[in-house]
Amino acid sequence: MDSIILLVGITLMYSTPLIFGALGGVVSERSGVTNIGIEGMMVIGAVSAAIASYFTGNPWIAFLVAGLAGGLVATLHAVASVSFAADQTVSGVAINLLAPGLALFLCRNFFDGAAMSPIVTKLPKVLGDSWMAGTVWSNLNVNVTTVMALLLTLGVWFVLYRTKWGLRVRAVGEHPAAADTLGINVYKVRYICVILSGVFAGFGGASMTIAIISQFTQTAISGHGFIAMAAVIFGKWTPWGAYGACMLFGATQALTVLLGGGATVIPSQILAMLPYAMTIIVLILFVGKSVAPKADGVPYIKGSR
Amino acid sequence: MEVSSEYAVQMHGILKKFGAFTALDHVDLDVKRQTVHAILGENGAGKTTLMNILYGLYQADEGGVFINGEEAQITSPTEAIRRGIGMVHQHFMLVENFTVTENIILGDEVCGAAGVLDMKKAREEVLAISQEYGFDVDPDARIEDISVGMQQRVEILKALYRGAEILILDEPTAVLTPPEIEKLIEIMHDLTSKGKTIIIITHKLKEILESADECSIIRRGVYMGKVDVKESNETDLASRMVGRNVNLKVEKTKAHPGEVLLSIRRLTVADERGIDQVRELDLDVRSGEIVGLAGIDGNGQQELVDAICSLIKVKAGRIMVGGHEVQNTTPRNVFEHAVATIPSDRHRWGLVLPMMVEENTVLERHGEDLFGKGIMLDYDKLHEYTHTLVERFDIRPSGCEQERMSGLSGGNQQKAIIARQVSYVPDILIAFQPTRGLDVGAIEFVHKTLIAERDRGAAILLISYELDEVMDVSDTIDVIYHGKIVGSFEQGTVDEKELGLLMAGGGSQ
Repeated sequence: MDSIILLVGITLMYSTPLIFGALGGVVSERSGVTNIGIEGMMVIGAVSAAIASYFTGNPWIAFLVAGLAGGLVATLHAVASVSFAADQTVSGVAINLLAPGLALFLCRNFFDGAAMSPIVTKLPKVLGDSWMAGTVWSNLNVNVTTVMALLLTLGVWFVLYRTKWGLRVRAVGEHPAAADTLGINVYKVRYICVILSGVFAGFGGASMTIAIISQFTQTAISGHGFIAMAAVIFGKWTPWGAYGACMLFGATQALTVLLGGGATVIPSQILAMLPYAMTIIVLILFVGKSVAPKADGVPYIKGSR
Repeated sequence: MEVSSEYAVQMHGILKKFGAFTALDHVDLDVKRQTVHAILGENGAGKTTLMNILYGLYQADEGGVFINGEEAQITSPTEAIRRGIGMVHQHFMLVENFTVTENIILGDEVCGAAGVLDMKKAREEVLAISQEYGFDVDPDARIEDISVGMQQRVEILKALYRGAEILILDEPTAVLTPPEIEKLIEIMHDLTSKGKTIIIITHKLKEILESADECSIIRRGVYMGKVDVKESNETDLASRMVGRNVNLKVEKTKAHPGEVLLSIRRLTVADERGIDQVRELDLDVRSGEIVGLAGIDGNGQQELVDAICSLIKVKAGRIMVGGHEVQNTTPRNVFEHAVATIPSDRHRWGLVLPMMVEENTVLERHGEDLFGKGIMLDYDKLHEYTHTLVERFDIRPSGCEQERMSGLSGGNQQKAIIARQVSYVPDILIAFQPTRGLDVGAIEFVHKTLIAERDRGAAILLISYELDEVMDVSDTIDVIYHGKIVGSFEQGTVDEKELGLLMAGGGSQ
């Protein structure tokens, strides 16, 4: 019983950054822009959140700063892939290469040359920091970001499927020329979506460094963005699908933690591979079968078909 | 002509340049209200460019546009829509996994508060217009599930929903079956009787005669005047369009078929999703005859050709070339059995556009001793060989051997492919959509070449979505529907109506 509660608690905790990142992926790819740079945007979000929380002492402001920073990095991707019709994979890879370096640079710059930040103020838990402290039940007192991720999933789903903006975003991702002939500004829609994806990824980074752990380290974000991308595919590019997929990946990470403690004989190095191995397995099984938005990854150039 | 409110659309002195190329050289267009007005011209003549200017997708460098007698600055599709102009593009602008209603309201949505869609109301509005014009469209169906003819009606509805009074239809019949074309013409006449004005862009003469009141002709970007369709005929229109007399009738002698060279028995082929596209198909092509396969796109033609060329595996059945089974081998093996193929999409399968013409002409034979020693290519020999082909097939511009293939016009690219395939002196020639996107002059050339190959003794399988082409060129006409041959006729023993019915899955067989 105790271990089930523990499993649920850790699953919810670890899935949260993934959910933010995956929602970013959903929004961007639904508008037709592949965003492989989610990882990099999460890294930037993670470091900015830690810095902002350290200097303002207010984790809420830090959370917003992280979103802003992620959005800023995403703007680079938008300019390259929307305005200049650059190869979206290359642009995303560039961001993933750039971000860890930039994060380390910022970190050393703000914290006297240290490669990691000091302990910073965290966002609160949902039921207050001392609820059932010391018992296994405290594991269910999740971070406030976990609830925010759930609400954001609901919000993204509602906008995508129930409003005219969502209809337009989906149309642009499927058939941009059709949207264009109906007076929809394809470039504007894509810019907004890509920048929003960066904002969400930034939130994801923040929910790692100012909610789960309380500092920025170079390994705080290590592949979470890529797992989030896998979740987008596994979740068939829908917000709830991605949410569910992130839960699954979160659960494997929780298993790693659970199995790692105690008398099990599985080496921790093998256990640590579990989430990544799971990602590969899921991609092998599902990548061909799920249907991506038709114009995903294809730059839109006016006048071409 | 004077600007007057009698005309729904007037475009005067339109000049449009793309770089150094003049696409439209002071073209005029005067479209009377409540008429069907055709714009006729060869491929690349500038018809679509002219309409894209009217619809605000391009801006003219010179000239004026007048809508109902008023000068209009149309700078975007939004502005065109506001002025009551709607356009149905040749390649439909529909989101395939959206419903009919979603496609129609996109960009002009029916909303409650705060941008929340009111799909119920939207559905009712769509249903109301659909019924007003007798379109019979299911508002809840997904685009990918409905027929091409139905999709086209959705496109027209999209324009009507936005209050279009002037409808531009770009090559509207290119993708339709004969019964669908009839229905479209009916719809066009119904729309004009309800006050709409229609402009259709086409290079199909027969449809102009059946549907249009007036016809403006553009030749290489130059306006060639306007004709009253009632006082014209096909030959007249064709020669005005091309600028010389064209022989529309395919001239050939009677076929003298010999032995069976290509024999297909109970062939079943699945597509990449595992769905059977060719089902137990039987087909024979004899030496010295052209067998035409009539059918609508997507009835297994692509899979059939891919299977013959060994590009995909067959599930069951045999493909015999001159007595040898060739199914499930390699394209090279099929080629070595003297089968040559003119592919349906010259850019995807036929040519390597960034390479030179002379490299393209030896693509399948570059390893032969004729073109070099060992692993070396002898470019002088390539050049010499290609030069004879360029001369013989009149590929223009002459002396283009070392130009990039992408620099040639579509018609000349097609000539290059045909020259290459014919130069193999094949026993069997598969011609899949050989005149796709070509204009009247080039079509004439392709047909003549096919017939010359037949007379040489080759077995020719012609697969085309153009029913007229199949009827004119073939000695034997087979109809393919749902992956099966559902009818076989000698040329002249069957009419368009019966074939159309079989192509659409009707008929007794």
